[in-house]
Amino acid sequence: MASEAHVETLALREQFDTEAQQNDASTLGMWVFLLTEIMFFGGLFMMYTVYRAVYPNVFGLASSTLNEIIGAANTAVLLCSSFTMVLAVRGAQLGKRRTVMLFLVLTIILGLVFLGIKGFEWNQKFQEHHVPGPGFHLEGTALQGQAQLFFSLYFAMTGLHALHMVIGCGLMLYLLWKTYQGTYSPDYYTPIDMGGLYWHFVDIIWIFLFPLLYLIDRHLK
Amino acid sequence: MGLRLFPVQASTISVETDHLLYFLLAVAAFFSLLIFAAIFYFAIRYRRRSERDLPHAVHGGMALEILWTVIPLGLTMVMFGWGASIFFKESRPPDNSMQIYVVAKQWMWKLQHMEGQREINELHVPLGRPIRLTMTSEDVIHSFYVPAFRVKQDVVPGRYSTIWFEPTKAGRYHLFCAEYCGTNHSRMGGWVDVMEPQDYQAWLNGGAAMGSLAAGGQKLFESLACGNCHKPDGSGRCPSLVGLYGRTVQLASGGIVQADEAYIRESILNPQAKIVAGFQPLMPTFQGLVTEEGVLELIEYIKSLSPASGTQVGGNGLMPEPNTLKNSSQETPAPIERPGNR
Amino acid sequence: MNNAVVPQRENYLNASYGLKSWLLTKDHKRIALLYLFTITLFFALGGVFATLIRVELLSPNGHLMSSDTYNKMFTMHGVVMIFFFLIPSIPAVIGNFVLPMMIGARDLAFPRINLLSWYLLVIGGALAIFAMVSGGVDTGWTFYTPYSTSYSNTWVIATALGIFVAGFSSILTGLNFIVTVHRMRAPGMTWFRMPLFVWAHYATSVIQVLGTPVLAVTLVLVFCERVFHIGLFDPALGGDPVLFQHLFWFYSHPAVYIMVLPAMGVLSELVSTFSRKPVFGYKIVAFSSVAIAVLGFLVWGHHLFVSGQSLYAGMVFSFLSFFVAIPSAIKVFNWTATLYKGSISYATPMLYAFGFIGLFTIGGLTGLFVASLGIDVHVTDTYFVVAHFHYIMVGGAIMAYLGALHFWWPKMTGRMYPEAWARLSALIIFLGFNLTFFPQFILGYLGMPRRYHTYPDEFQVLHVLSTAGASVLAVGYLLPLIYFAWSLRYGAVAGANPWGATGLEWQTASPPPVHNFDQIPVVDYEAYDYSRVVGEEIAVG
Repeated sequence: MASEAHVETLALREQFDTEAQQNDASTLGMWVFLLTEIMFFGGLFMMYTVYRAVYPNVFGLASSTLNEIIGAANTAVLLCSSFTMVLAVRGAQLGKRRTVMLFLVLTIILGLVFLGIKGFEWNQKFQEHHVPGPGFHLEGTALQGQAQLFFSLYFAMTGLHALHMVIGCGLMLYLLWKTYQGTYSPDYYTPIDMGGLYWHFVDIIWIFLFPLLYLIDRHLK
Repeated sequence: MGLRLFPVQASTISVETDHLLYFLLAVAAFFSLLIFAAIFYFAIRYRRRSERDLPHAVHGGMALEILWTVIPLGLTMVMFGWGASIFFKESRPPDNSMQIYVVAKQWMWKLQHMEGQREINELHVPLGRPIRLTMTSEDVIHSFYVPAFRVKQDVVPGRYSTIWFEPTKAGRYHLFCAEYCGTNHSRMGGWVDVMEPQDYQAWLNGGAAMGSLAAGGQKLFESLACGNCHKPDGSGRCPSLVGLYGRTVQLASGGIVQADEAYIRESILNPQAKIVAGFQPLMPTFQGLVTEEGVLELIEYIKSLSPASGTQVGGNGLMPEPNTLKNSSQETPAPIERPGNR
Repeated sequence: MNNAVVPQRENYLNASYGLKSWLLTKDHKRIALLYLFTITLFFALGGVFATLIRVELLSPNGHLMSSDTYNKMFTMHGVVMIFFFLIPSIPAVIGNFVLPMMIGARDLAFPRINLLSWYLLVIGGALAIFAMVSGGVDTGWTFYTPYSTSYSNTWVIATALGIFVAGFSSILTGLNFIVTVHRMRAPGMTWFRMPLFVWAHYATSVIQVLGTPVLAVTLVLVFCERVFHIGLFDPALGGDPVLFQHLFWFYSHPAVYIMVLPAMGVLSELVSTFSRKPVFGYKIVAFSSVAIAVLGFLVWGHHLFVSGQSLYAGMVFSFLSFFVAIPSAIKVFNWTATLYKGSISYATPMLYAFGFIGLFTIGGLTGLFVASLGIDVHVTDTYFVVAHFHYIMVGGAIMAYLGALHFWWPKMTGRMYPEAWARLSALIIFLGFNLTFFPQFILGYLGMPRRYHTYPDEFQVLHVLSTAGASVLAVGYLLPLIYFAWSLRYGAVAGANPWGATGLEWQTASPPPVHNFDQIPVVDYEAYDYSRVVGEEIAVG
């Protein structure tokens, strides 16, 4: 145990006594952070749930205009990206720098594919006049205010998620750069581990978003 | 001018509320004094005599912990039950309540008696009868508060909320807005005038012959040509409104709904929200064509169409028929559709 | 008494000089001082608003300011005091400074995130001040819709953004504390050997981490509603204004426990030290902190009793609100029992502790009044509630904060404050506080609503009493500002443990070295073991 003050390294900063302690602390810190993110998204999810319960028909109608095939494709893309992320972490564990870089790049590419598909979807919504604002109109219902509510929540939730994806891609780029520089080793790859946790979390948010927004009551349409 | 330290008791519920207050005050005073006395006594009795003092370390005692957990728990459960029972009473206006309507807006109270009297910022009511107010706001959230009656209820845009009281003492009592609503929130007050029944009658009769709310509603009904579709014998394209109020309605979506004030309001302002079973969604919205006060008049008119009702439309000062009201202090109509969007 | 300039050992204050060494520090002790400086400024700002409010309320039809300006005054008073003073106060100043030392750590788990937390508070504060300087905000600190989203013409968005950013300061501090307590305890420092101050801050951190994000997303929605008019809270578009209240209070009720739990943690330290006895019922007090944190998340609906919420929801929330009072009551009884057969000192921190117990008891008992549905219908949105929460937040939390400042001042600065002046200030604060806020209970039950610029004549006498009290209170708060500053130069030099307190922070020098301990201690004794410290040099009797 380093009970004496010691020279700081990346793997053992001065406030910690052992590298294991630092790693544990980082992991716990990341989990606590993800907990705060759950509460953050949770507020939006709660709002959506409440309004969905109050206006089931209008929300069902609005939801049916979302393209579930595209949504499913995006889900598959994200699940694959989580897989590549896991492989990147595995590579880091084994000290294989090239492997890590390869899988980080693939993860970023898949993340960008997701964002691209989302952009395409949003553009479609724009064309169909489903973006809340002066030009909004949803066919098939007189309750335009409520319909607009659905899409406001849709854009808020998917938008917040997309923002987290963008941040995630930025994070991956940073990790890629640091890996290239040789910063990580089997003894110290915590940032990649933490990056992985973050990425998986953003993936899981989507796993909830997809059925909530796209799939509920679809069988009734 | 004396310094008043306690509000006047002018309603039936104010007495009950104050009794609960006395109990809470007694408990609070008891425990405050207990703690103050203990601290005072211990601080003096056990004050530090020397820097070498080392008191015997007592780590705790389960018996004491249980004692001072269970006793407060017991007392608080009494407080809860007592308070809840008062609240329960406050949420259930008696069946023979006199109905008055309130529309709040920045920064005034608009009050409408069924007989037609309209008041601004001043509410005249008779002594000794339960009064039920059905309220809504035209803009932001306000709150109807009469300290002398010990009652308060938020007034929310887009829905009706209810408050009731039975005045027990003639006099003039403050009415305050109790939910911050902008610039003149503190000036959005007024008075509730509780009058002896005969004085109240005289006041009612002395008012301009505006006609009852229901009569106003009938005029509005005719001017908006509602009767073209809503024929009393049900032969029109739309359901008959005779006997509608208080009835259970079967909806096209399969559900059922109680036809109360909130349902009627929604049907006028947002008719597509609930379609009656067996009918087409033909009714246009009257949002923008009818004010909140107009809606209240139409509701009163429709209430008067009950076949068992003996109430003459156009009479004044007559007791309204008993309201078979839903037991809740809030009804939530589906919000109004706006043409276009913002 | 040695007032001369003494050549000092190297400590965290003199180890490095210059603005950069402070603005880019990773040392939790320096960050604590950065916070101290910042929140003192915010307290002064909030106090200015309070002064203006109380002066205006001297007359029923005040003419110092327009109603619009008055509405901005109470809004900004609330925003500044809650988000920029009270919520950071004890955790960010005292907690940051002593918590790592209390558990035998060299720093928090994430020192740079700690610094980031401070910057976020400053940036959030700058945004809020920008809003105030640009014209202010008049929605009340509670931002109720649809007034805040569709009607107010003031700087709602800038203020909401400022609070949003400051919220992340709070979240990151909580995150830091949680990880620190879990992972950085010295050898032998088990959970049940930690000072109760740490338990209280752990519980607080859990609330910060779980609750604040909900406020953050709610503010984002207010922003969206204001900018895009999407109708989330607009009944005309299908929205529900009361839904905002649920979302808002889901955080803001636990927020009051963020403000009071740290104060309770301080109390345990003060009562124990100045009775020279362990806190009676250590485990019970520790668990009560956790219970308050958990139960605190279940009672938000008691702010919505007359909002139109269902009768049954009201009943459930009232029931649970009574439950959450019990752990607080238990603490008060336990602290009082600690005094029994103790060795009681009247040093200033203890005077503040006495004040806290008395005023928190009153504030907490009046909480039972508002938890009770029948009474709340009458007193909600009146001065009764204003008095209730000021008794807890000012009579409670601020007194605990001042007690903590006095207690740990020698540790932080190496100097003692002047005891006579400090005791006098404590007394002035106690008297001024009661004169300010007790009349407000009466005003409230009489029916005087809150957030009122003008009021009926019959309430004037009570308002004048309240304002008189406020002027006394202001004097009480100014004095410490002066004598604390004075003490930095002229105060008696303090030893490592002037109070004879237990706790690892008192085992190291005053002020502490940069790395807190020359050798990380190994703990093989229980908390509050005074047999280990009696006989150590005491500077003040």
